[in-house]
Amino acid sequence: MKNKNPLFLFISKEKEPFFSKKNRQLLKDPLDDNNPITVQVLGICSALAITVQLWPAIVMTFSVIFVMACSNVIISILRDLIPNRIRIIVFLVVISSLVALVDQFLKAYAYDVSKELSIFIGLIVTNCIVMGRLEAFALGNGVWKSFLDGIGNAFGYGAILIAVAFFRELLGSGNLMGYQVIPDFIYEMGYENNGLMLLSPMALITVGIIIWIQRSRNKDLIEQR
Amino acid sequence: MWEQYANLFVKSIFIENMVFAYFLGMCSYLAISKTLKNGVGMGLAVIFVLTITVPLNYLIDTYLLADGALIWLGPDYEELNLSFLSLIMFISVIASMVQLVEMIVEKFSPALYGSLGIFLPLIAVNCAILGGSLFMQIKDFSGVTEAAVYGFGSGIGWFLAIVAIAAIREKMAYSNVPAPLRGLGITFIITGLMAFGFMSFMGIKI
Repeated sequence: MKNKNPLFLFISKEKEPFFSKKNRQLLKDPLDDNNPITVQVLGICSALAITVQLWPAIVMTFSVIFVMACSNVIISILRDLIPNRIRIIVFLVVISSLVALVDQFLKAYAYDVSKELSIFIGLIVTNCIVMGRLEAFALGNGVWKSFLDGIGNAFGYGAILIAVAFFRELLGSGNLMGYQVIPDFIYEMGYENNGLMLLSPMALITVGIIIWIQRSRNKDLIEQR
Repeated sequence: MWEQYANLFVKSIFIENMVFAYFLGMCSYLAISKTLKNGVGMGLAVIFVLTITVPLNYLIDTYLLADGALIWLGPDYEELNLSFLSLIMFISVIASMVQLVEMIVEKFSPALYGSLGIFLPLIAVNCAILGGSLFMQIKDFSGVTEAAVYGFGSGIGWFLAIVAIAAIREKMAYSNVPAPLRGLGITFIITGLMAFGFMSFMGIKI
């Protein structure tokens, strides 16, 4: 490293405003065109398992936003100091310390949700989104950009998570966030909750349908044979 | 006693299947199931690593981390509860075991390394492996053998799942799937249907 000034990490060479077009793109792209779940195929495990109800899905989204933003910033600061050969282990240590923090926090302040999410908070450690973005983005970009990329991708992940949870809770139990939203007279007319939506395989099929809708709107994403 | 192990084994393969019941290891499951050969390689690597890391983490959890586990050091340590360290500990054990297994396989069996080699580094970030250890922690097994049986069984369950989907995807190359569903979308839906099939194993006991 030639530059000895410790501040060089925070000063980007080309001066550009904090919310330049490129930076906004970083925030916006993962919500649709480059969604981590439906396009990049990252972080699917946790997306499916905790979407029976809306509230745990929202808690999970915020945990992932926190972990991704922090770990992207930390790795981006350290990116010139990490030896290439042991980078995976460095990533794992940084991520798992952050996840342990979230885990303890939830156990202290939201015990019921933490019980419901059981091992899936712990599994953020091996959530491929976090690892994938560290490897693909934070390792080669500045601090502010990595922060935006982390937030953007976590929101893209959360959007799918919340969409799946919304439909599963609404159609499966007629509730949202634990409150009944389908009024009683509809039940009296003979409507029944679709218990199938509460079973785990329906999460997969719901995501499949979301992918179907997204790709028929945006033909560029269709896979070639 | 054997009955109990056999029951746990069957349960971890079919009823609590890693892929179909808990969606663990989905990322590698979707990414590597394009051809049957790669699917088999990845599945074998997962069986291998799960069988080693689950009992190892069980020993670490019971003798070092759990509430009052350090009592063998003397009565002063009875109050100590290090379980908040378990995440970091488990993932380091897994990452270093994977590295070690990779080196051993490379040294003693180049042929096996040729087929498993590229998959081993991917395993450190496969949620099925960490998930196996975390489930082991929740389930309170009574001994290390049970943990080993559980690890082996879950590995086989994952292997079955990836081999099945890889075979289906190979066949699907010849069928006419609607364009927006091609690739990822149809794989999700087929996995969902297979998961419905696996639900029918629920309640089986030996």
